[in-house]
Amino acid sequence: MSDQIQKFTVTIDGKTVQVDPGTTILNAARMIGGNVVPPAMCYYSSLKGSGGKCRTCLVEVSKGSEKDPRPMPKLVASCSTTVMDGMEVKNKSSEKVLDARKGVVEFLLINHPLDCPVCDQAGECHLQDLAFEHGVGQSRYEFERRTFDKVDLGEYIKLHMTRCILCYRCVYTANQLTDNREHGVLKRGDAAEISTFIEKNLHNDFIGNVIDVCPVGALTDKTFRFRSRVWYTKPMDASCSCDKCSGNAVLWMIGDEIARVTARKDQYGEVKEFICNDCRFNKKEKSQWNIEGPRKISRHSVISANHYEREIPKHTVLLNKA
Amino acid sequence: MARKLLLNNVHIEGIHTYDVYRKNGGYSAVEKALKTMSPDDIVEEVKKSGLRGRGGAGFPTGMKWSFLAKPEGVPRHLLCNADESEPGTFKDRYLMEKIPHLLIEGMILSSFALGANQSYIYIRGEYMFVLRIVEKAIAEAYANGWLGKNILGTGYDLDLSITPGAGAYICGEETALIESLEGKRGNPRMKPPFPAIQGLWQRPTVVNNVETIAAVVPIVNDGGDEYAKIGIGRSTGTKLISASGNVNKPGVYEIELGLSVEEFIYSDQYLGGMKNGKRLKACIPGGSSVPILPHYLVCKTANGEDRLMSYESLADGGFQSGSMLGSGGFIVYDEEQCIVRNTWNFARFYHHESCGQCSPCREGTGWMEKVLHRLEEGHGTLADIDLLWDIQRKIEGNTICPLGDAAAWPVAAAIRHFREEFEWHVNEPKESQIRNYGLVAEKSFQTENA
Repeated sequence: MSDQIQKFTVTIDGKTVQVDPGTTILNAARMIGGNVVPPAMCYYSSLKGSGGKCRTCLVEVSKGSEKDPRPMPKLVASCSTTVMDGMEVKNKSSEKVLDARKGVVEFLLINHPLDCPVCDQAGECHLQDLAFEHGVGQSRYEFERRTFDKVDLGEYIKLHMTRCILCYRCVYTANQLTDNREHGVLKRGDAAEISTFIEKNLHNDFIGNVIDVCPVGALTDKTFRFRSRVWYTKPMDASCSCDKCSGNAVLWMIGDEIARVTARKDQYGEVKEFICNDCRFNKKEKSQWNIEGPRKISRHSVISANHYEREIPKHTVLLNKA
Repeated sequence: MARKLLLNNVHIEGIHTYDVYRKNGGYSAVEKALKTMSPDDIVEEVKKSGLRGRGGAGFPTGMKWSFLAKPEGVPRHLLCNADESEPGTFKDRYLMEKIPHLLIEGMILSSFALGANQSYIYIRGEYMFVLRIVEKAIAEAYANGWLGKNILGTGYDLDLSITPGAGAYICGEETALIESLEGKRGNPRMKPPFPAIQGLWQRPTVVNNVETIAAVVPIVNDGGDEYAKIGIGRSTGTKLISASGNVNKPGVYEIELGLSVEEFIYSDQYLGGMKNGKRLKACIPGGSSVPILPHYLVCKTANGEDRLMSYESLADGGFQSGSMLGSGGFIVYDEEQCIVRNTWNFARFYHHESCGQCSPCREGTGWMEKVLHRLEEGHGTLADIDLLWDIQRKIEGNTICPLGDAAAWPVAAAIRHFREEFEWHVNEPKESQIRNYGLVAEKSFQTENA
């Protein structure tokens, strides 16, 4: 009996789930799925130590636990707070949470440029989704925004620091996936910037993954920059035999041409199997890949809206004729 | 005459040297503790004394010590937080500069109580000259056998080293201090786990303020009960107050907690009243982070009771009509000072010192500074005041560490108590400019509008 781990019961927005002790509120919410999942801009399940920074996943704990039912005095970051038995959490059902989240979105956007029309990330940008769902239409910020020059990080990656929201995901990626610590944050406050060790170019085998983990368009793939809007490309699951990585990737095709290669992201936009630079940047011939079939993408409405595999609903056609 | 426990011998010539300090009863507490007391006895005495953290939060020290995890075979650490950077606070510097051996004695006692064999003093980078003084004192303590292997033949080993920061206010936050000491970027960590479980190098760690550690010396010497007799209610003992602003005698004072604020400001023993006979306008009782009090709430609480220098009395009325004792940075403003300008100055400080890790603080502090600057320069609108209120409300409580709160509280309190002055800056920009910047500003103002 003793090897049976006791499960904790957590209630989030009225939905109850049994989870293992040590699970964070965010992961418990993800087990329930759907509408109760708080948004997360900096937490990344496969990166150790990530989370807690963006404050978009703040939730209200209305009941601490079965033993100590007092509510927590402040909103807590759901990505880094572990559950207690009998905990009751309010996400979207709490006015306080929605208000704080609105504030966080506004803070994130005051220094973020409104260059979605020319940004490669548009369409699969987490900040776009977040602002659409939780933000307000107008900014109250009337001052000059902070700007930076664009920087090349090595052969394949462009850093557009102006767009960065300092989620630190790329820092953790570089620290945990690659050798030599050469990618970090300089300065502090709103002057803080992502930088590499004295303009040293990054050429680690796995450094391309920083593009995938970036929630905004701050780190972009130079082999794909400005080639196409993402929703005009067709995502295809594909694999190849690679001795460095799993070789499981998504090809984003324009006709028969491979426009770019990314790792496979789950429904929260997170990569579980990172791919190497060779697969990402150099294998741009169809013959190098074994194409498995179309990739279903559920998170980003913009990409799936024009999804090629979906039949055009008939009423749309009728409406157009009328 | 009020009792002094920490600064009793500070007037003695050469007290910063080992010989003079020893002659005046120094290190007797270490002798007493190591020879006659067990570590748990010291923790018990500190608990009895009711000593509360002197760094600002006022958390009971004995309780903090008893939370320290004690797993087998894992070293524990004591860190002394000497990264005193709060605007208006300069008590730790005075203590370390004048009687560095008191801190070292306190470090030995506290380390012994916690079972730490390697302790660190993390000193503010700007205090380089103080670092030299403390370094010298540490060397003297080593030379006389108070530090190192087998202290006093009791078999207890302690190494003490001092490390300077690199000029970041945020490193006064305990987890940021630990990160910085580990050689990383001084970003606060997420809590839990608390440092008492996983601190420096993932080992159990206690972080205490300089004054807290120094206060352990009289507690061990005279006993916790004796210490608890001083003070009022749950605010026991003495507290160093660094007073500044428009008073006759600014400086560091050791007071018994429970002294009335009125006596502290106006009596000749302490601040000696307002400078040049001006009237009191406002007072910040605990360093720049705590809410400002308007003149009518300084000496009396909202209920009409006398306001005392204690953790409870200063916090009476919550943030609506109270403040906090904080770190004891007592700043007094006379009628000629501008609250808008002062608030802008604080906002500028917090903007500069935000570590940039979590978004509300990183973006919000800069935004508040810009809006306050606009108001101060006379270009603001009435909507700006409401905007400021909204920004501070969305920063407060939503950040990883207390710096976000510390940035939001002064702005909130200034608007709460001095809204008229903010409105005056909007409605009468010219007059406010003349008051704050004098005739020169008036001239340039006229030419601008000509």
